[in-house]
Amino acid sequence: MTYPPSTSIVVEDVTKSFTLRYHRTLKQMTVAKMRGQEISNEFNALDGVSFTVEQGESIGLMGLNGSGKSTLLKLINGVMRPDGGQVLTRGRISGLIATGAGFHPQLTGRENVFLNAAVLGMSDAETRRKFDDIADFADLGKFLDSPVGHYSSGMTARLGFSVAIHVDSDIFLADEVLAVGDKPFKKKCLEKMQEIRDGGRTLFYVSHAAGAVRRMCDRVLVLEKGKLAFDGGVDEGIKFVKYDGGPDEEENVDDEQGI
Amino acid sequence: MTEAGRQHLVDAPLVSPAPKAGLIDVFRRRYLLRMLVQREISARYQGSFLGLLWSYINPLSQLFIYWFVMGKIMNRGTENFAIHVFCGLIIVQFFIETFNAGTRSIVRNKGLVQKMAVPREMFPVASMLVSFYHMGPQLVILTIISLISGWTPNPEYLAGVVLAMMIIALLGTSLALMFSVANVFLRDVSSFVSILTNFVRFGVPMIYPYILVDARFGWFAQFYLLNPIADAVLLMQQAFWVGTTNDPELIHATHIPGNLWAFSFLALGVSAVMLLLGQYIFKRFENRIPERL
Repeated sequence: MTYPPSTSIVVEDVTKSFTLRYHRTLKQMTVAKMRGQEISNEFNALDGVSFTVEQGESIGLMGLNGSGKSTLLKLINGVMRPDGGQVLTRGRISGLIATGAGFHPQLTGRENVFLNAAVLGMSDAETRRKFDDIADFADLGKFLDSPVGHYSSGMTARLGFSVAIHVDSDIFLADEVLAVGDKPFKKKCLEKMQEIRDGGRTLFYVSHAAGAVRRMCDRVLVLEKGKLAFDGGVDEGIKFVKYDGGPDEEENVDDEQGI
Repeated sequence: MTEAGRQHLVDAPLVSPAPKAGLIDVFRRRYLLRMLVQREISARYQGSFLGLLWSYINPLSQLFIYWFVMGKIMNRGTENFAIHVFCGLIIVQFFIETFNAGTRSIVRNKGLVQKMAVPREMFPVASMLVSFYHMGPQLVILTIISLISGWTPNPEYLAGVVLAMMIIALLGTSLALMFSVANVFLRDVSSFVSILTNFVRFGVPMIYPYILVDARFGWFAQFYLLNPIADAVLLMQQAFWVGTTNDPELIHATHIPGNLWAFSFLALGVSAVMLLLGQYIFKRFENRIPERL
């Protein structure tokens, strides 16, 4: 199948299954076998999911915990490969997914910025050029030159965000972005994300916060037990999820993260 | 919403986001590879007072032990026995470190492997390069001690050193690839590997001279030479140890097998094939890595 040049992400009949293993050691496995219990169990985290995303669209991906959101994001990010169907993307991908992955606790913040940027596909020159912006955004002051192992979790997260958000990408993925970080920093992140969206990059935003989704996105996808349950407008999408999640709870999250 | 600003169009082709070229991708992303190797090296000595000096102290102490125990207490071995052992030790250490650290590399870099789309072959290859880097100080010590013992370098034999390194680098990486993915599925593998590497020390002519193997096994000695690590050790001894003895020509004739070059190139070929096999096995099981970590 061919797609027009304006297509950014293609997810075509994608299936991803995981094997659940209940026992790990030889002893446990033997005992389970003798009792006639199951040793492993296969389940589909994603089951026949299909959609395409145009360049410049901003998609809100919603769904309950365990509905397959993170798996889908990992497939788009390229960490995992689908067992069935195919995932295609156009251009460079970055995002606030697994920020700070690969930070080495013994290295300083500065060294980790270079390492993390390299992991995200930046070159040495590019990192040098953006280093001041990254440092400013993370706002760690003198701690930038002490080992990351001594940082608080909020500081580590900020440094990770800051690197990720400065990668020039065509597709930007964001997974539960605002789980850590204080209020001013959350605000800064949301502003930066709005900037990314307005710059015409494709945005893929996973969130439980209806308010943030309403502000950021122009289309909502809802996953339900690994299947695509809804694909359409933002308001209808949020209504669709609320129907499952209960309206009261949703409003609270809204207040907290909507800013 | 500012619809006007949305004109960011990319011409890049529509492709699968997962890296798929394996080892080729690793060398395409040399900068990341360099960063990963640097991270390992600088993290290793961070916070230690003597720092990089440790990588000189460790081999020196080993050299001293072999010289003292084998040469002085047991009064065994051949001429310049310490250098004989040290030639073997450098190769064996390079191999064992690559194999052990490489086997653990995927599990140890869990965070990155599970979350980022980097070619996963990166980690075993980085382990090999770190081990290679650690070999530097040992080579410096070996050269200095050989020179003190009256060593005359021979360009042909020195080329053999490069060949030896290549054999170990290829073989070590191929085994690291195979066993690192196996270690994800069964953590027992890394324990198994450290037992396996114990045998390596004794499977090469390090603490005994090759002349003994030749004398004991006779015709069967050529099977002993099928071990690529043994060939690499002999290449090192040919380059350094032989040149420090009183009568290099005699020692070379008696202690170095005549067809060493042939066996070494065979070993290089075998190691290269092993690397392809390692890459194939790695690719086959790679898809299941993130979920099994």
